Amino acid sequence: CGSTSNTDAGGLFMWMSLIGHSLRQEIMKWNGWGYVDSKFQFNKKGQAEFTGKRYRLSGMVMPALKEWFESTFGASLQHKTPASAIPNSSAVQPPILNEAFVEDLKSTGIPFSQDAEDRVFRAHGHCLHEIFALREGKVGRVPDMVVWPSNHNDVVKIVELACKHNVCLIPYGGGTSVSSALECPPEETRTIVSVDTSQMNRILWIDEKNLTAHVEAGIVGQELERLLNESGYCTGHEPDSMEFSSLGGWVATRASGMKKNIYGNIEDLVVHIRMVTPQGVIEKSCQGPRMSTGPDIHHFILGSEGTLGVVTEVTMKIRPMPEYQKYGSVVFPNFEQGVACLRELTLITNVFAGHALKPQKFYITKFKGFDPNRLCVATLLFEGDRERVLQHEKQVYDIAAKFGGLAAGEDNGQRGYMLTFVIAYLRDLGMDYYVIGESFETSVPWDRVLDICRNVKERIIRECKERGVQFPPLSTCRVTQTYDAGACVYFYFAFNYRGLSDPVHVYEQVEHAARDEILANGGSLSHHHGVGKLRKEWMRETVSRVGMGMLKSVKDYVDPGNIFGNRNLL
Amino acid sequence: MTNTYRESDRLCLENEEFVDILEERRHSSDLGHAFRTFSPHPYKGAPPCSAGELSKTVLDSQHLRYVTKEIATETGASVDEVKDDARVILEEMSQNLQLGFIRLMGYTLTKVFKRLFTSIYVNMEGLSMLQQAVQDSPVILMPNHRSYVDFLIISYVLFTYDIPIPVIAAGIPLAGMKIVGEILRRSGAFFIRRAIGSDKLYWAVLSEYVRTIVRMGFAPLEFYVEGLRSRTLKSLTPKLGMMHMVLEPYFKGEVYDITLVPISISYDRVLEESLLAHELLGVPKPKESTTGLLKASRVLQENYGSMHVNFGRPVSVRQLCQGKINRCQYNLIPRDLPQGPSAEVQACVSWIAHLVVRLQEQGSFISPWSLMACLFLQAPASALTEQGLPWQQLTEKTLWLKKLALSFGARLHWPGQTPDADVLSSTIALHRSVIYRKSGRVFLLLEDEPARKRPISAVDGVNRTAAAVLMLASYRNQSLHVFIRPALLATAVRITKSTRRDELFVFFCFLQDIFSNEFIFIPGKSSQDFEEACFLLKECGGICVGQEEVTEAEAGLEVLSFLCALLQPFIDSYQVIFSFLYELEAHVFSEKEFVPAVRSFATKLILSGDLHTYEALSSDTQKNILSAVRRLGAVTKLRVSEQNEYKVNKGAVRQIENILSGKIPPQMLQTAPDARL
Repeated sequence: CGSTSNTDAGGLFMWMSLIGHSLRQEIMKWNGWGYVDSKFQFNKKGQAEFTGKRYRLSGMVMPALKEWFESTFGASLQHKTPASAIPNSSAVQPPILNEAFVEDLKSTGIPFSQDAEDRVFRAHGHCLHEIFALREGKVGRVPDMVVWPSNHNDVVKIVELACKHNVCLIPYGGGTSVSSALECPPEETRTIVSVDTSQMNRILWIDEKNLTAHVEAGIVGQELERLLNESGYCTGHEPDSMEFSSLGGWVATRASGMKKNIYGNIEDLVVHIRMVTPQGVIEKSCQGPRMSTGPDIHHFILGSEGTLGVVTEVTMKIRPMPEYQKYGSVVFPNFEQGVACLRELTLITNVFAGHALKPQKFYITKFKGFDPNRLCVATLLFEGDRERVLQHEKQVYDIAAKFGGLAAGEDNGQRGYMLTFVIAYLRDLGMDYYVIGESFETSVPWDRVLDICRNVKERIIRECKERGVQFPPLSTCRVTQTYDAGACVYFYFAFNYRGLSDPVHVYEQVEHAARDEILANGGSLSHHHGVGKLRKEWMRETVSRVGMGMLKSVKDYVDPGNIFGNRNLL
Repeated sequence: MTNTYRESDRLCLENEEFVDILEERRHSSDLGHAFRTFSPHPYKGAPPCSAGELSKTVLDSQHLRYVTKEIATETGASVDEVKDDARVILEEMSQNLQLGFIRLMGYTLTKVFKRLFTSIYVNMEGLSMLQQAVQDSPVILMPNHRSYVDFLIISYVLFTYDIPIPVIAAGIPLAGMKIVGEILRRSGAFFIRRAIGSDKLYWAVLSEYVRTIVRMGFAPLEFYVEGLRSRTLKSLTPKLGMMHMVLEPYFKGEVYDITLVPISISYDRVLEESLLAHELLGVPKPKESTTGLLKASRVLQENYGSMHVNFGRPVSVRQLCQGKINRCQYNLIPRDLPQGPSAEVQACVSWIAHLVVRLQEQGSFISPWSLMACLFLQAPASALTEQGLPWQQLTEKTLWLKKLALSFGARLHWPGQTPDADVLSSTIALHRSVIYRKSGRVFLLLEDEPARKRPISAVDGVNRTAAAVLMLASYRNQSLHVFIRPALLATAVRITKSTRRDELFVFFCFLQDIFSNEFIFIPGKSSQDFEEACFLLKECGGICVGQEEVTEAEAGLEVLSFLCALLQPFIDSYQVIFSFLYELEAHVFSEKEFVPAVRSFATKLILSGDLHTYEALSSDTQKNILSAVRRLGAVTKLRVSEQNEYKVNKGAVRQIENILSGKIPPQMLQTAPDARL
């Protein structure tokens, strides 16, 4: 749930190449989303503004936001819940150190740290409960050390030492997990070492004949895109978190990008994967585009969530940068029509990236006599050569018209995309004023989309009421990805927690109920966020007992000593 | 779960406010009422849906497309032909709800109701809960069915209180009535054929029609879960087909929730009372026809006392199904595909249907008359017709029974301000068609004899008495649900002569099992029923309950005797038919000959003085017994054709008879739950 607008030609924000291993910590929040200098805040006049210079929205004042914020949540600028200002090192437990391991590690020359701040920074993802605890200065079990390998061989050495000394390793990429995947199991008594892949961030080669690039897995999305762009290429993989999330993380969680209709999801994009496991290195012997050699071993790695090893290098498909790009948007009289149109578009063409959402009122309020409480906006992005883009655009708008959709301009389209990345920052603003929330996703067959949206939203509202939430919650959804046989649906859920003694617990109960509802309505456990520890309890019913056994037996063979002991998934 | 509902139901009894809706009609303009502004809040502001739109949605549905194709392949007809058939079915079925007709009906009904009834009481709290409920989820109105009057009373009340008018499932014979059929259609009735059997297309059209109504939620859906109007005024075993159709949209996630509203309609006096007994005695029910209805206009000259329409607490299907239904079972097959319900779903549907019947029973109102009927039937028929019962004694006993009924949690319609004696006198007056008082004694009134040339034969005499007795029995049946559980326990105590709780429980279950067509018990709740019986019977001083023991209390004689006597006609009737079955010469009999043969068998026994109840003559009882012996495996169906034939296992019949008479102890009879859909 982050940004997408970074493909802007002007390069409105730049990722600084991380030379020093702790630089990332200096420019990023330790207890919230994104960059330290970028955040929503209410200025002295009580108007919302977005700080910094990185985003198109930066420096802008948004007068409508305050009213939306207050009316949606019943929140008030008078009632503040500020975060504790600095990380509290004394709250962090002293590291449990396996001295023999530390000694051996020292001899390899691979940089590492036992600094409390370094450890806390890598002890969490971005689940609500994780951020909420940090804002209150609460820290649980954290890694005892952080280690920064700078290439594949470093990882091989680290894993060998970990096996030798029975140390627990937790791979760390961009830290954008929303499945409690990075949380250290509190029952873990061994030394926990966070393997930070951020220094493995180079493109090792580009193969222009086959249009592939061989890349180290620690590279962050926007950096990968920027470097490829310099050579005139792109991957087209743009998950919402791409400013911060890493290639290795995408592979380990089966990530999905906004433009997957054109370029494909991560599993469609990878040609070759190299992973270091306690049993050694796993990889294929060639780069054939498809093979019939038994079950695809890539699929043991894709979605393994750091339980089997560290992904070190990936060969990915690349494409020449699109000659022409055009945003677009369509307003529909209601969500039902919007979804029906997306479904139709999916049948006919896969040339656009798009999603349908019910806008909140600070975004689009009035449109040509549509009921503002029901209208729905689809945002679109076309890429390719100019002529074709224009042709596709016309085709799409013609179809949209059949569903009562009216073209609403490029601007709205671009703003729609921008909204995807600011949402994560918005949550931090909410948390300053008693509002907590989160988004979660699922995938579901087309005929179930409207039913699941209605039922889950309703369930959220009723659960909140039953659990004593004093204010009506925000409970909304959008369709973010389309497939031939179904769609990915995102739910947004937030509420004002004034009057609740344990808001996070209430939040978690409601999210749990919402997930039950999703599953009961034919939705999947996750489309691309992964399972982590947050959704583990539903794995068995999701993949069957035999399926679980298969996964377990792979784990048992690859990592009998549970070196990769983050306890995700199984 | 059942118990929870019961408790909460009782709690709300305390501050219930019933309003006589005729009161206002008597003081203000009927036309004004008919033309009142009607602006209900529908479910989630669902837009109104015309009959045409509804039919189109149904015909275009994926479900019908599947089924039409399937039928076309099976029969060799073209898809369009099958589709035309579906259209014809839909036309025959379709409601055509129009507010104008509701107004017209409103006006007419006001006139009719004012003439027929002293008052029509409606509980305001139930109405306001309903008003809220219709806005939150699709609502299913589930009244019991005791009279034709039930048919439009709900619409009438909802119209008066600004709640969306329901569409109502009705039997197809009503549609055949000239004008009336059309009026009903325009008042929201849709018509269902009686014997659908294996007509696949019909099932598909009907179920899609029902589901679409529920899904769209533009109007509440009203249907009788008992399926039929009860001729005996007793609850009937709920039918599960319609119930399943109604619940399916929730199971399949097409709606967030569905609200069931049990409605209990109680009458002091039922318009059809004289018809009832004749139907049960084999004089077939006149086919519904407009002229028949007009002839019934004689009915309009009479007074039928009060009527209660008690809207029960809305029940959330979602809550009911929690932990009972795994909705994921629909994940792997397209939801539109015709698919038989799983065992889990069948059990749940059956449970919900039974629960609703129980809630209807608990919400219904018992009249003093029904209590008196209980007592009348405990006297020999000859005493009623010839010597009469002393008025004084009857009064005292009725007041005693009133106390007992209240302690069992009954809702009584007993005017509080009037002296008890006057209440009972006016009750007798209201029912002068059945009973009359003469010089301090009360007599059963036999029907006037049609002028005949030859003298009344003995058999005719039996029938005459039977008609009167069965009418009384129907009124007794109105309050049976209050007494049934303690009565089963009392009977178990008397028949087994055991004091051991476990033995009594086994016999109690046996009785529930054998009588499960007579009295409605929620499947799988026997031990709760037993506990309830123990509790109630202990509270009223009938028994002492220990850890392991249940014994007759010293002061319990009167209660226990009353309760056993209440059940006696049923036990006698069952025993008679058991004897009939094992005295049969052949081992096979046809359904057609069963009823008349049993009737003449029983008549002989009544004449010879060996049978004391006339209820064995009721075709309803006879059919129930046939179902019971089939359920218990003592009789099996041989052929399913126009001539259903049955084979008797005489040994098994004998065994059941011996258990029922206490000669041998019952084994835990395990019969499959009756969960036909």
